[in-house]
Amino acid sequence: MGLEEKLPSGILLTTVEKLAGYSRKTSLWPATFGLACCAIEMMATGAGRFDLARFGMEVFRASPRQADLMIVAGRVSQKMAPVLRQIYDQMASPKWVLAMGVCASSGGMFNNYAIVQGVDHVVPVDMYLPGCPPRPEMLIDAILKLQEKIQNEKMGSAKREEIVLNEEFARKELPLLERKGLLA
Amino acid sequence: MTTDYAPSIETTEGTVFNLSGGDWESLVTGVEGEQERIVVNMGPQHPSTHGVLRLILELDGETVVQVRPGIGYLHTGIEKNLEFRNWVQGVTFVTRMDYLSPFFNETVYCMGVEKLLGISDQVPERAKTLRILMMELNRISSHLVALATGGMELGALTAMTFGFRDRELILDIFEMVTGLRMNHAYVRPGGVSCDLPPGAVEKIRATVKHLRKSTQDNVNILVGNQIWLGRTKGVGYLDLQGCLALGVTGPVLRATGVPWDLRKTQPYLGYERYEFEVQTQDTCDAYGRFLIRLGEIAESLNLVDQALDFLEPGPVMIEDKSIAWPAQLALGADGLGNSQEHIAKIMSQSMEALIHHFKLVTEGFQVPRGQVYTAVESPRGELGAFVVSDDSTRPYRVHFRDPSFSNLQATPAVGEGGQIADLIAALASLDPVMGGVDR
Amino acid sequence: MTELTRGLEVREGSFGVHGSPDTSGYGGLRKVVSEIPAAEPPFGSWFDKAVLALSKSLKAKDLMPEQVIEKVMIYRAELTLMIAREHLLTVMQSLRDEDELSFEVCLGVAGVHWPEEQGREIHINYPLLSMLHNRRLSVEVALPVKDPRVASVTSVYPGNNWHERETYDFFGVIFVGHPGLTRILMPDDWPGFPQRKDYPLSGVDVEYKGAIIPPPDERRWYT
Repeated sequence: MGLEEKLPSGILLTTVEKLAGYSRKTSLWPATFGLACCAIEMMATGAGRFDLARFGMEVFRASPRQADLMIVAGRVSQKMAPVLRQIYDQMASPKWVLAMGVCASSGGMFNNYAIVQGVDHVVPVDMYLPGCPPRPEMLIDAILKLQEKIQNEKMGSAKREEIVLNEEFARKELPLLERKGLLA
Repeated sequence: MTTDYAPSIETTEGTVFNLSGGDWESLVTGVEGEQERIVVNMGPQHPSTHGVLRLILELDGETVVQVRPGIGYLHTGIEKNLEFRNWVQGVTFVTRMDYLSPFFNETVYCMGVEKLLGISDQVPERAKTLRILMMELNRISSHLVALATGGMELGALTAMTFGFRDRELILDIFEMVTGLRMNHAYVRPGGVSCDLPPGAVEKIRATVKHLRKSTQDNVNILVGNQIWLGRTKGVGYLDLQGCLALGVTGPVLRATGVPWDLRKTQPYLGYERYEFEVQTQDTCDAYGRFLIRLGEIAESLNLVDQALDFLEPGPVMIEDKSIAWPAQLALGADGLGNSQEHIAKIMSQSMEALIHHFKLVTEGFQVPRGQVYTAVESPRGELGAFVVSDDSTRPYRVHFRDPSFSNLQATPAVGEGGQIADLIAALASLDPVMGGVDR
Repeated sequence: MTELTRGLEVREGSFGVHGSPDTSGYGGLRKVVSEIPAAEPPFGSWFDKAVLALSKSLKAKDLMPEQVIEKVMIYRAELTLMIAREHLLTVMQSLRDEDELSFEVCLGVAGVHWPEEQGREIHINYPLLSMLHNRRLSVEVALPVKDPRVASVTSVYPGNNWHERETYDFFGVIFVGHPGLTRILMPDDWPGFPQRKDYPLSGVDVEYKGAIIPPPDERRWYT
């Protein structure tokens, strides 16, 4: 059956996509973007009891240039939004964003003049994590789900096609306010 | 004069080079002969600034010539939001201000509302004792985070591990009692939301016993440690005069030798019954503040034990049904909610109880026209609430005097003239929480 | 001390409904929200002594206490002095420096906006603390919204620097003599003063399962 049979033992075959996905997901370096309450839970996740090191991501990077996952932990104010975007722009691709907590995801209970109603107004978000604040277990779960997503990420021309498809899909989507949700 | 990497602009003060990367060499060769005045922007996203604080530093070599803190990166508009919610809902917002000491925010707000209603002396004893119990546990967890993050910022990572390890034990108690690890909304106007669940007293006693030993770990590795001493002793000097002028309170003030602790000097909720020592040091520096926090952790452990002794069976919510939350809240598998008995009563037995529940929950109670200022001793100093009512069901205006806000103002006073590394140590010893500063 | 008990706001009806047929019977309700009334001496506790000491100190500075202290309010055993705005700095100086008063610490300043009180729309309240005597007292000043100027107290209490910037940021109160009166919590280029009553909460509509829920300030509410 082709190439596999001719290989010496101890060699596995895979696709470049899968290998890249595997290495990317198992060495995610998060950039600390601790803002409010969620930041404390994020620190607790990194500390003793929950021990994020088990999933190969205890290396919280202070410098965005060395990080590939931005965990936006907390409420983003109008004053912070430009800073957040700058940090995001400074990160090297490929990069992912996790909106931790309801404030980062949608503005949450702070529906007012000071808070950006969801960090997705400023940067593209790959994973939303509800909770106020989410428990460390929830953060770990969100990260594991994100890792799954990263594992299956496409590369090269396939990635470009995916982007175009996603863009088209998004263009056809109804605006959030016009969606009927479960009432449809 | 412009180098490849550093664009420059001409200002009235001369040429200004703008850098945001690792191109130091090229700049230094480029600006040779120019007057050197380096302004470094530190934060608002920086691991050592204790949250989203921005420091604008003017440097002469390693020495900080001038510091200007920039705040507001976490401004949440909580005070404005309160004006559109009823008095009880306000608790949910204030607990998220200084997220490391939620019980203090809730208590000071509720004490203000109770004072406006004139029901301060009708709050049941058990509720007061529970508030003290939770606040003292909260003081320990808050100081543990102060030690943990302060240690981490100075490179003592083990201090951080120990701090967070011990804090988890206290969060377990919070979760058992209130259903949440943080942002509890446990203290309500008129009392507290629910009583201790079965087994809580034993658990708290066991935890306190355990913490007495485990908090010693941080004492053992840091007190007298040469590196720690070198980083904190004589750093961040702020004497009594400076504290009073800048309105600085809490451990920073007590590190100047003044035993000013509102729990002792202006007792509230029955603190006069408790036996504890106000921790003071006379060093006025970061090390003194560190020792005070350690001492307060030990004192708070004693206070928790005393509060458990004072706990008498009884109601935890005010008798007056026009103010008391109608539902007997209970902790279920999915968190805090109406108790099963209460739901059974309002849904199938008593129409009046249902109407009463509906009125009080949607409309809330009215608070008479007036304005009061209440204060409690939070882990960071005097936390004050200025509460104004216009005789309606919603707060007219609530302003919080957060200790972090005033204490942070002392950053230039404690940091200028020292090195950048000392500024970090000084800032960590002020222990500002940006959620409280910006609100 | 002049008698000052004016209406701050007049409310009519209930449930916030206007212009629709009233079936509840609550439409005729009328309520006047008034200022906290002036207290009459003797005030009790240490309040008399403090007010007397302040009056004495003001007289020594050639000021008439009646013109400076507009009103003494005692509410829930808290003493608040309503001060004429042009004399704020002098009063603060006396409160800090007189031995009998010695309020060493100023705990900041908080604004309150009463849009209906003509000519005195913005109240600012300074809570003071005397550690020596273990007492608290508040000083309040009323300003017109058209000219919200008042002397900065940073020369007496340097710790009020940020607090005054915050009150400027949210209420637009201009503290004359402040070393650097700029916005502190909001971005520098922010228009308007967010915590005034005429500034909306600026929330957005929220969709939940097909239903649109307006932000809290646009919902119906009970008075």
